[in-house]
Amino acid sequence: MSHEITGNDVEHGWQGGVSPFKASYGKLFMWFFLVSDALTFGGLLCAYGFMRHKYPDVWPIPGDVFTHFPFVEQHIPLAYVGLMTFILIMSSVTMVLAVEAGHRNDKRGVIIWLFLTIIGGLMFVGSQAWEWYHFIVGTNHGAMRNVWDPEAGKFVDKIFYGANLVTNEYGPAAFGDFFFFITGFHGFHVFSGVIINLVIFIMVVKGVMEKRGHYEMVEKVGLYWHFVDLVWVFVFTFFYLL
Amino acid sequence: MSHDNHGHSAHAHEHNHEHHHEESFLTKYVFSMDHKVIARQFLITAVIMALVGMVMSTLFRLQLAWPGQKFWLVEFLLGDKWGKDGILDPNMYLALVTIHGTIMVFFLLTGGLSGTFANLLIPYQVGARDMASGFLNMLSFWFFLASSVIMLLSLFVEGGPASAGWTIYPPLSALPQAIPGSGLGMTLWLLSMTIFVVSALLGGLNYIITVFNMRTKGMSMTRLPLTIWAFLITAILGVLSFPVLVSAVVLLLMDRTFGTSFYLSDIYIGGQALEQSGGSPILYQHLFWFLGHPEVYIVLLPALGIASEVIATNARKPIFGYRAMIGSMLAIGFLSFIVWGHHMFITGMNPFLGSVFVFTTLLIAIPSAVKAFNYITTLWKGNLKLTPAMLFAIGLVSTFVTGGVTGIILADSALDVPVHDTYFVVAHFHIVMGLSAVLGMFAGVYHWFPKLFLRQMNKKLGYLHFWTTFISAYGVFFPQHFLGLAGVPRRYYTNTDFPMFDHLVDINILVSIFAFIGAAAQFIFVFNFFYSIFRGPKSEQNPWHSNSLEWTTPMAHTHGNWPGALPVVKRWAYDYSKPGKQLDYVPQTVPLEEGEVDGGAH
Repeated sequence: MSHEITGNDVEHGWQGGVSPFKASYGKLFMWFFLVSDALTFGGLLCAYGFMRHKYPDVWPIPGDVFTHFPFVEQHIPLAYVGLMTFILIMSSVTMVLAVEAGHRNDKRGVIIWLFLTIIGGLMFVGSQAWEWYHFIVGTNHGAMRNVWDPEAGKFVDKIFYGANLVTNEYGPAAFGDFFFFITGFHGFHVFSGVIINLVIFIMVVKGVMEKRGHYEMVEKVGLYWHFVDLVWVFVFTFFYLL
Repeated sequence: MSHDNHGHSAHAHEHNHEHHHEESFLTKYVFSMDHKVIARQFLITAVIMALVGMVMSTLFRLQLAWPGQKFWLVEFLLGDKWGKDGILDPNMYLALVTIHGTIMVFFLLTGGLSGTFANLLIPYQVGARDMASGFLNMLSFWFFLASSVIMLLSLFVEGGPASAGWTIYPPLSALPQAIPGSGLGMTLWLLSMTIFVVSALLGGLNYIITVFNMRTKGMSMTRLPLTIWAFLITAILGVLSFPVLVSAVVLLLMDRTFGTSFYLSDIYIGGQALEQSGGSPILYQHLFWFLGHPEVYIVLLPALGIASEVIATNARKPIFGYRAMIGSMLAIGFLSFIVWGHHMFITGMNPFLGSVFVFTTLLIAIPSAVKAFNYITTLWKGNLKLTPAMLFAIGLVSTFVTGGVTGIILADSALDVPVHDTYFVVAHFHIVMGLSAVLGMFAGVYHWFPKLFLRQMNKKLGYLHFWTTFISAYGVFFPQHFLGLAGVPRRYYTNTDFPMFDHLVDINILVSIFAFIGAAAQFIFVFNFFYSIFRGPKSEQNPWHSNSLEWTTPMAHTHGNWPGALPVVKRWAYDYSKPGKQLDYVPQTVPLEEGEVDGGAH
């Protein structure tokens, strides 16, 4: 192949000046991509903080908004999102174990732990859908909102339930907008992470990594997966705890 | 090649005909993963985009100098809809300034400048066979091309292209009903820029990884030519700041299409209150300028890197203060992230916060001055070879200083407020970032043309191009300072509606005449460029007697750059006119003699 790089690449080892990171270029790629992605989330979270600062008095208290729990009548503040967070962090643990199994060239171990990671990711995305559903449907009591009535052609006061992109019963429109956008953007990352993990999983099962003799790809997607988890920790902190 | 006195090139010549395998036209020139081909693709795309942007500027300069008069050219280019009877339509005027700015800032000076020279020089100068990932590099170009095509397509949609200025502030850009240019044209603009960011990201990641991980043996970080340092820092700035532009742009798309109100608040259209409320347009400005200010240095740093290399080579002297140059570029890169507020002094920010931004902005003057003085001291008592590239590089130093001085004025909030959004600002950023970067890019094209196309550009046409460009550039932008100080606001369709500006009409005419001369001069370059690609005289291997590694490769586009083994680096890149040497240059591959000290320690 003409496009394979001969010389100082992964296979031939480092031949250049002092290598600052002692990492393959693929891994560095992932690291720098994550740095840049972190800045995207950073921009969004700063925007969220900016807007929240604009409404110090009327911004909803998350503990009053996120109180649903499946199969339970009572309202338990933040229990469900706590469970979601736990699931995602556990999937990070299984990812660590998959990477570790990869270091030992243990194909069976990689398959098991990567599979559990994928399951964890899918559970998280599913839970998020459930959470969004309850956020959109809203409470029984709703709240009085001045909303646009297209038939009357003017703004009218009426009881509004749940949330959409324009209005929500919980607080300023920006609360709903940022909730949908940032958790949605994060959910999109988790979803793409699950897809990537799935691709690698299939490659591992088919023995591609075994032929290569190393499981570095697992390590690279592992980096991405941990990053997505870490971002969630920040999203969780800023949206639910503070 | 035979003029080269160093043995290694003769050795290289023997292996000249070694090719990996035959490639079809499609894989060699179209879907190429070779950094040299990708560099040429970027350059030619950027030249075409720049011509479009330049023609736009002549159209609105016609209107500004002779408002309301009829011009055959306007009707010919814009047709009946936008140039009826040869009079420029006001909406089209706004669209032209917007797209001119967008094309010049992003497509010429970000994609074109970094894309061409980082791609060409990074593998060559660090001694690598190619970029870390040729495939992602190819994708980077194709995303760039796609975004260029979409941007050009947006010129032809109903309502015209985006017209809210290149900074596309909401609410003007967020509401399709606000102005004609906020319809489909604006959506395409956002789409194009999102794709552009993907391209910049893929390119930037590649540049960083290649510099860190693909250097040849002996090429330590402090032996890298300053071009590579400049490209590296540029790429890091891009990787850190473009994602924030993505956040800003995606939120704007949400506001435009899904009815969210991130940036919209308390807006009435035709007496009707808008359903969306509660957002903040200032939020957009914060997000935008967090990219926007580093973007200035993304544009400028590659040009400064090119100037370092061209000036040192053609002054036949080591670059003055090699480590200080690296340090000042790092400092500029770092500071560029904490100064964005100086674009927003009049948004009603807390005056204390404003003074913090004044302070950080003024700090940038220090590393910038270090760079300017280092160029001047490198030139000082040098054995100057005034090639066209050298003239352009010296021109860059001139505009960098001129524009930098007005930058100090604009950095101070008390002085900035009265000249905000006037032609003073236009003059400042066109000189310091537009001209400096363009002159640096020209210097690069003239200097590395032999590496790009294996031929030489015509020198006489080069001189003609430089002097007409340089004089008319100052002729265009220097008088604009006075317009700005007199209070003429930027982006206005006409100034004759305001009697207080009547006595300034002559200045506008002068500016426009220089603009037309400058524009005409660029066709000299375009002719020279395309003619020399096919008909220029073949270049020898090291025409400028330069030290860096790209000149140790044979004058042929072989895949893998070096026919034999990779070169081994023994010294820094700036051993020009070293005492005790037979020649006035010592390539990086020549071993240090016993007792000889490697340069660059100071």
